[in-house]
Amino acid sequence: MKEEADLAAQTEDATRRDFLVVAASAFAAVGGAATLWPLIQQMNPDASTQAMASTEIDVAPIKEGQAITVMWRGKPVFIRHRTKTEIDAAKSVDPSSLPDSSARNGALPESAPASDANRTKAGKEQWLVMVGICTHLGCIPKGQGLSDVKGDYNGWFCVCHGSHYDTAGRIRRGPAPRNLDVPAYSFLSDTMIKIG
Amino acid sequence: MAQHDSTYKPGSRLEHWMDERLPIMRMMHGQFVDFPTPRNLNYLWTFGGILSFCLAVQIVTGIVLAMHYIPTADMAFDSVERIRRDVNYGWLIRNVHAVGASMFFFAVYIHIARGLYYGSYKAPREVLWILGVLLFLLMMATGFLGYTLPWGQMSFWGVTVITNLFSSLDAIVPGLGTKIVTWLWGGFSVSSVTLNRFFSLHYLLPFVIAGVVVLHIWALHVVGQNNPTGLDIKTKADSVPMAPYAVMKDLFGLGVFVLLFAWFVFFAPDYLGHADNYVPANPLVTPPHIVPEWYFLPFYAILRAIPSKLGGVVAMFSAIVVLVFIPWLDTSRVRSARYRPLYKWFLWFFFFSVLALGYLGGKPAEGVYVAWAQFFTAYYFAFFLLIMPIVGVMETPSAMPRSIAESVLGGSGQPAGATSAPEKR
Ligand code: HEM
Ligand code: FES
Repeated sequence: MKEEADLAAQTEDATRRDFLVVAASAFAAVGGAATLWPLIQQMNPDASTQAMASTEIDVAPIKEGQAITVMWRGKPVFIRHRTKTEIDAAKSVDPSSLPDSSARNGALPESAPASDANRTKAGKEQWLVMVGICTHLGCIPKGQGLSDVKGDYNGWFCVCHGSHYDTAGRIRRGPAPRNLDVPAYSFLSDTMIKIG
Repeated sequence: MAQHDSTYKPGSRLEHWMDERLPIMRMMHGQFVDFPTPRNLNYLWTFGGILSFCLAVQIVTGIVLAMHYIPTADMAFDSVERIRRDVNYGWLIRNVHAVGASMFFFAVYIHIARGLYYGSYKAPREVLWILGVLLFLLMMATGFLGYTLPWGQMSFWGVTVITNLFSSLDAIVPGLGTKIVTWLWGGFSVSSVTLNRFFSLHYLLPFVIAGVVVLHIWALHVVGQNNPTGLDIKTKADSVPMAPYAVMKDLFGLGVFVLLFAWFVFFAPDYLGHADNYVPANPLVTPPHIVPEWYFLPFYAILRAIPSKLGGVVAMFSAIVVLVFIPWLDTSRVRSARYRPLYKWFLWFFFFSVLALGYLGGKPAEGVYVAWAQFFTAYYFAFFLLIMPIVGVMETPSAMPRSIAESVLGGSGQPAGATSAPEKR
């Protein structure tokens, strides 16, 4: 027995074996992770979804006080032609007093304050363009139709769990954590809007 | 218990031949024929078998439905209508599958309540219990995925609201939640892509459940069944062989359950569903009042009771996860609530709270409904986190029988007033 053990100790280079075990396991781990990655990644939006074209809309027919909903990337986008009273109401709030003080404007940095000016385009304050998806759990807030309930702040009201948005689409009361998102968009002409 | 001696006797030469190569008949005989069963089991113990039946029904009807169903946003709603109207017996198969999901949850809630009342989660059944909680979670995932498939308004908006729960993680790591939601959807909104993958997973999960059920029953047969007294089987007089005693009782219980099942299938197939799900999904219009299926309502009420988005999500998931820990939260050494005079009342009020939360989950989230939901949510958690540990230490249990046999037969464990000798086993 004793000789056999000695023999084993002599012929087996312990450090060399350890090295092989570690190297092989590391190789297998990397290989495993590399195999897993495509399986996870395939669930993300595919090329055709990513490439979904931007949308162009002529807003000329929308009268003051009216709103329309268009689709962009499979999401509803609200376009409201605001009245003077609505704009004034939105301007009169101090952005730092809001539940969410960020403008949430795709064209501006995260830190931009949620002033009415930062949620619209200069000289085009009557147009409010936002993704019409409640930032709580994704319902479509009411307020687009003329006879819809518009909530306590006269903007939009999400009936799902009671979120109130004001006339600049900012969250004022209820469980929603963020203001409605303003997508990056531009005016191609006086009345043509391009979203995305 | 698993080690009890199987009385299996191979009869024919074929059985001998097989027994020496794969002793599956010996195992089945040992586990499901002469397996010692407490002699005092009541009808609440028939629900394990009923649940196994439900799983089989869902798998069989589901496979058939999948032969006719088309998982695309354009075709899903119409294909379900075709199943209901055109496919031969499609109406029956579809109704059985839809009602079956409700019956499955009805049974699992009774099964869980039974475990809570008789302390079936306590040592040595902790692993058995945790596997049960896992089964419950898997059932919920399967039910949720399945409900999206008809692609009605409730399907669509239910998925939207529930998948959006993950976006609450944005409050911890900005952007992470949104990334996860986009990943789940495979797009920037719930779409045909989402439906297709949900169908794939809805088909998969029941088989995962079946696998976990095998582990669940394995664990059960290692430690043996609990019973209404919560006492262990000590002598032969405490038990009866599973067949025919427990098997016949199970079959009778199953028969009654199937009557109720059939009543819903034939007379009120849509009673447990929601009318809005017969309106095709419309991404532009949210129904005024989104409610999940009835069996999710208590948890939905907990979600809405908490006024913060992340907090609500955390509370909802904790409400289920807390079940994993109750073998250690309950400090009483007495298993059955039958002998726990104080705890019993807290437990009944807990059952009442869950029902109340179920009622509130179906009401709009405003005013007094929210206040009550908050009250019952608070009790729900207090029951597990405070009452279970504290009452277990304080309470003096009431007098218990010395054995299972004594609880059934009275006195010394001999049949009361029997003139002849008790049957020999
Ligand atoms: C697919 C779902 C399920 C199936 C098919 C299933 C099946 C079974 C079966 C056949 C039994 C043995 C018969 C009986 O004692 O009733 C059993 C026992 C048990 N199950 Fe489940 N079960 C499921 C889900 C659950 C869940 C969700 C829980 C709890 C969270 C649970 C906890 C238990 C416990 C604690 C026992 C032991 C009961 C005792 O002996 O007291 N099960 N299960
Ligand atoms: S989704 Fe709008 S309030 Fe919950």
